[in-house]
Amino acid sequence: MSATGIGAAVKRKEDFRFLTGRGNYTDDINQPGQTYAYILRSPHAHAKINGINTDAAKAAKGVLAVFTGEDMAGVGGIPCGWGVNNKDGSPMNEPPHPALAIGKVRHVGDQVAVVVAESYAKAKDAAELIEVDYTELPAVAHMEAALAAGAPLVHDDAAPGNLCYDWELGDEAEVDAEFKNAAHVVSIDLTNNRLVPNAMEPRAAIGDYNKGTGEYTLYTTSQNPHVIRLLMGAFVLQIPEHKLRVVAPDVGGGFGSKIYHYAEEAIVTWAAGKVRRPIKWVAERSESFLSDAHGRDHISHADLAIDADGKFLGLKVYTKANMGAYLSTFSTCVPTYLYATLLAGVYTTPKIYANVKAIFTNTVPVDAYRGAGRPEATYLLERLVSKAARQLGMDQVDIRRKNFIPADAFPYQTPVALQYDSGDYEATLKKAMELADWNGFPARKAEAAGRGKLRGIGISTYLEACGIAPSAVVGSLGARAGLFESANVRVHPTGSVTIYTGSHSHGQGHETTFAQLVSETLGIPIDNVTIDHGDTNRIAFGMGTYGSRSLAVGGEAIMKALGKVVDKASKIAAHLMEASPEDVEFKDGKFTVAGTDKEVDFGTVALTAYVPHNYPHETLEPGLEENAFYDPMNFTYPGGCHICEVEIDPDTGVTQVINMTAVDDVGRVINPMIVEGQIHGGLAQGIGQALLESCEYDESGQLISGSYMDYCMPRADNFPGFQATTESTLCAHNSLGVKGCGEVGAIGSPPAVINAVLDALADLGVEDISMPATPQKIWQAIQSASVPAAAE
Amino acid sequence: MYDFSYHTPSTVADAAAAMSGAEDGKILAGGQTLLPTMKQRLASPSDLVSLRGCRDLVGIASDGSTVTIGAMTTHGAVAASADVKAAIPALAALAGGIGDPQVRNRGTIGGSLANNDPAADYPAAVLGLGATVVTTKRELAAEDFFQGLFETALEEDEIITAIRFPVPKSAAYVKFDNPASRYALVGVFVAHTSGGIRVAVTGAGQDGVFRADGIEAQISAGQTPDSSSIDEGGLNTDIHASAAYRKHLIGVMAKRAAAAAS
Amino acid sequence: MPTVSMTVNGKQMSGDVESRTLLAQFIRETLDLTGTHIGCDTSQCGACVVHVNGDSVKSCTMLALEADGADVTTIEGLAQDGDDLHPMQEAFRDNHGLQCGFCTPGMVMSAIDLVKTNPNPSEHEIREWLEGNICRCTGYHNIVKSIAAGAAAMRGEKAAAE
Repeated sequence: MSATGIGAAVKRKEDFRFLTGRGNYTDDINQPGQTYAYILRSPHAHAKINGINTDAAKAAKGVLAVFTGEDMAGVGGIPCGWGVNNKDGSPMNEPPHPALAIGKVRHVGDQVAVVVAESYAKAKDAAELIEVDYTELPAVAHMEAALAAGAPLVHDDAAPGNLCYDWELGDEAEVDAEFKNAAHVVSIDLTNNRLVPNAMEPRAAIGDYNKGTGEYTLYTTSQNPHVIRLLMGAFVLQIPEHKLRVVAPDVGGGFGSKIYHYAEEAIVTWAAGKVRRPIKWVAERSESFLSDAHGRDHISHADLAIDADGKFLGLKVYTKANMGAYLSTFSTCVPTYLYATLLAGVYTTPKIYANVKAIFTNTVPVDAYRGAGRPEATYLLERLVSKAARQLGMDQVDIRRKNFIPADAFPYQTPVALQYDSGDYEATLKKAMELADWNGFPARKAEAAGRGKLRGIGISTYLEACGIAPSAVVGSLGARAGLFESANVRVHPTGSVTIYTGSHSHGQGHETTFAQLVSETLGIPIDNVTIDHGDTNRIAFGMGTYGSRSLAVGGEAIMKALGKVVDKASKIAAHLMEASPEDVEFKDGKFTVAGTDKEVDFGTVALTAYVPHNYPHETLEPGLEENAFYDPMNFTYPGGCHICEVEIDPDTGVTQVINMTAVDDVGRVINPMIVEGQIHGGLAQGIGQALLESCEYDESGQLISGSYMDYCMPRADNFPGFQATTESTLCAHNSLGVKGCGEVGAIGSPPAVINAVLDALADLGVEDISMPATPQKIWQAIQSASVPAAAE
Repeated sequence: MYDFSYHTPSTVADAAAAMSGAEDGKILAGGQTLLPTMKQRLASPSDLVSLRGCRDLVGIASDGSTVTIGAMTTHGAVAASADVKAAIPALAALAGGIGDPQVRNRGTIGGSLANNDPAADYPAAVLGLGATVVTTKRELAAEDFFQGLFETALEEDEIITAIRFPVPKSAAYVKFDNPASRYALVGVFVAHTSGGIRVAVTGAGQDGVFRADGIEAQISAGQTPDSSSIDEGGLNTDIHASAAYRKHLIGVMAKRAAAAAS
Repeated sequence: MPTVSMTVNGKQMSGDVESRTLLAQFIRETLDLTGTHIGCDTSQCGACVVHVNGDSVKSCTMLALEADGADVTTIEGLAQDGDDLHPMQEAFRDNHGLQCGFCTPGMVMSAIDLVKTNPNPSEHEIREWLEGNICRCTGYHNIVKSIAAGAAAMRGEKAAAE
């Protein structure tokens, strides 16, 4: 292993600019003649718009224009990227989503008008002069209300019963048959709490139009600029790709929330064409709460059939998934193809059935948030398995081991469509138990009891599917795009290299990890490599970063292009060394001819390619630059074991996480420092979901956790240090053997935390607690427990 | 936020005069509550009268029986003060637990008291210790100063200049943070004063900080306090804590504060 | 419009501002020092932390006019004497204490103020100090490690080996 190659903990190349205030985030960019947009949003969850009077706002000082939904009526709506069919094969209900509301508003925060002015303050001041005549309508803020008989309809006739789709996977009757043979049936009802992603950089967008060239430019806080160009250009504004440049510069975190095409992007781009000046919009945090896609929000019931020995026979899952008021880009695939297909987990359960109803409500749209569907599946399964162990009187670990897919069973075909390529669940379990000192827990519990604390330990053995995704597979399941990645390797005449990748880094450290691939492959110093991303004018194409796909798909595209570079360079080297190309070997940046002392280095070959005086012109073009597109053969399947240990103060209900151990199989590790950092971040979001974070709407549809005053963002003092490490098997279908590490922390941890909380409360007879397990909820659970707690 | 006229008088008398002359003036002390409120456009004063130039409002004096803290003294300065730590360590600890370090570097005791946020910490100390609020016009006993949610006895052009804390025999403040905002969900200040036990509760009451007579009686009688005497009907309910949970927490915090103050 | 003057990163700066202009806006928009970030509107996230007269403050919760005559340091002005990085910045890089980088300037500015008052903070003290700095990427693990290492470097010690 070289100091900067695969497997090295190389310090990040991007850090210098971030540490010295030289990052270039969207709000740091200013264009000559720039104006500012303020978006007027609905204060109502559901209301009819009878009319909008913008006269006073238009006349206000410094205001250039005010636009409403009527003005934008000619442009397309915000599209959904994935069609899901109902059980009967009919397509889902897909109501229109205008960029600015037309006729009705459907959630608090829905865009109603945009004011463009010389300053942001002036735009905001003028927005107060807009008179919107609303007739308030009854709202459905929660799924239960949306499904009630006679419920108000979010989309009227376009979605009867507020139903987007009623989808299923598997044969219910076949699974029912397994239940007839079962010695035990264990059932669970649970809610996967709604979350607000809260990347620290609020969303922002700058639209610009050049009348001279007819080109539009959008700077935006996006995880996937080409996807935005495609969606906004083709479906909303009808601007062809060659006239639309989308730039996602440094982006301050995404976690899914910056995948989607948002109305504000279309509004500033379209309006820039009208006012003929650049327009900047930056969300205030309270606006982010009302307009960034939220995450999770499932209500589920599940039944697990188990034989007399503790082997799982069948699983039935019935889930309701909240879509919010409109279908965000990937919203529809999250509770179906990223959820139900994961319900086998790491277990050999032979028969599985899932039914998912997607529901419209008068709330902010819900879409993928770190893990997307897979945390929901994992939470359900791992809570259910732990409940089964308690109900059957089995050990938490034994019941899992009994049902693990064995390490020699790969490739393993699950009953829910996926075929796992590799894994060793026993290995990650064993290592996690060692690191967490699982066997020493009873002594620690006793010691804590002596201090009046309730100590509990919880486990989760999980799997996820990422490296999204084989295009043919997802296409057959309704995806309206391919999910390949592109890369371009440009070797410069002096041997330095620029990689143009369609992946997008918004914290993941691609500029370092990808450069390590180049350093390893070409044998050149990492400082001679630049990774470029985020600009549709510089990058050929890209599907962006989400679903832990950057390395497994984007990295593979880079490897493929690097392979082409080495092939061509070998031919040039062969020419220089007057050898046959088949005899040329390339190692550590040097081309050699076997059995001779002939040698030529990579830099010389690069220079030769661009100064081709002595060159095989008859067989090769000059230059050294190669493109590649890579479409994966399969998903990748990281998995592992998370163990959480907590102490609860029975007087207050406060839970303290004492230990959080994660052993994850992420495939080959390119940069262990970065991988561990990714896992730490995921764990914090998982623990945050389990103990702290909750997005709450009241019955009228007002968001009552709409700022950090009420939405509990995890702070440093909420956590212990984490024990995170990897224990990998290699992915069997890509060249690097990589699987992905961005989401595992957030997927595996929530059930481990809740299982630990329930373990701590088990002696009191508490059997269930919902996320987030806040002090109040735990105190209430203790109050109503069947076994009284020790007196204060 | 809306725009306003900004004033920086160098004496508190000039500040009071500026307030009198303003249509809808507000005093700007540390601004750690006022500015966020104005950013949300929930307040729209015509004039902001900054006290940053009134240097005589900054400082801490201790004479053994009394600690006097100037209104513009920051929470950070109170927390770090050797005089406060020696005389009333519970007060220094309370100041050191307000907000976060950056808020403590700007926020002031006078600003906190004038705002009288029902979840603020200082009101518990002022009421719990029986402090005197000194203003440009008069001296107000703690009991008279706090008038309910965000309400005080201050007149429009009246400015707090200092707070005078009698030094107790012992005292302690224990709070339970709101997990999101980190304001006090429940905070209980217990003081053994020359006039007997005083217990003040912040964060919980619908009318802001209040004295808990029942708990005072329990501690005075040498009993372990609980919240049985607290009227749940007078407590707040929000997404973080029901009135019942707040009532329970008052008992737990009182028990812990009483133990720490004994 | 009132005029405000202050020393920023050792240089005298002034500008005409509306009274309502926040220090963070003055720094970002008038002075074009965009390393100071704005991540919330409730004075909680700490992305905007700068030093005013040596103390860390939230520049989104201070009027520019309130800093008139003050000595302000932003992330751009930290490194001294021709160094590329302040020891705390260096520690963040060495310990992978940042991912997306958005909260980072505020974290670093806050951390330096901690070390000023507490040269050898424990892990617990570091975690408590960071109440006013929110990070969504790192889970804080490596930030805490970075600050401990930065504090050691500022004390003149070599960062302890892991």
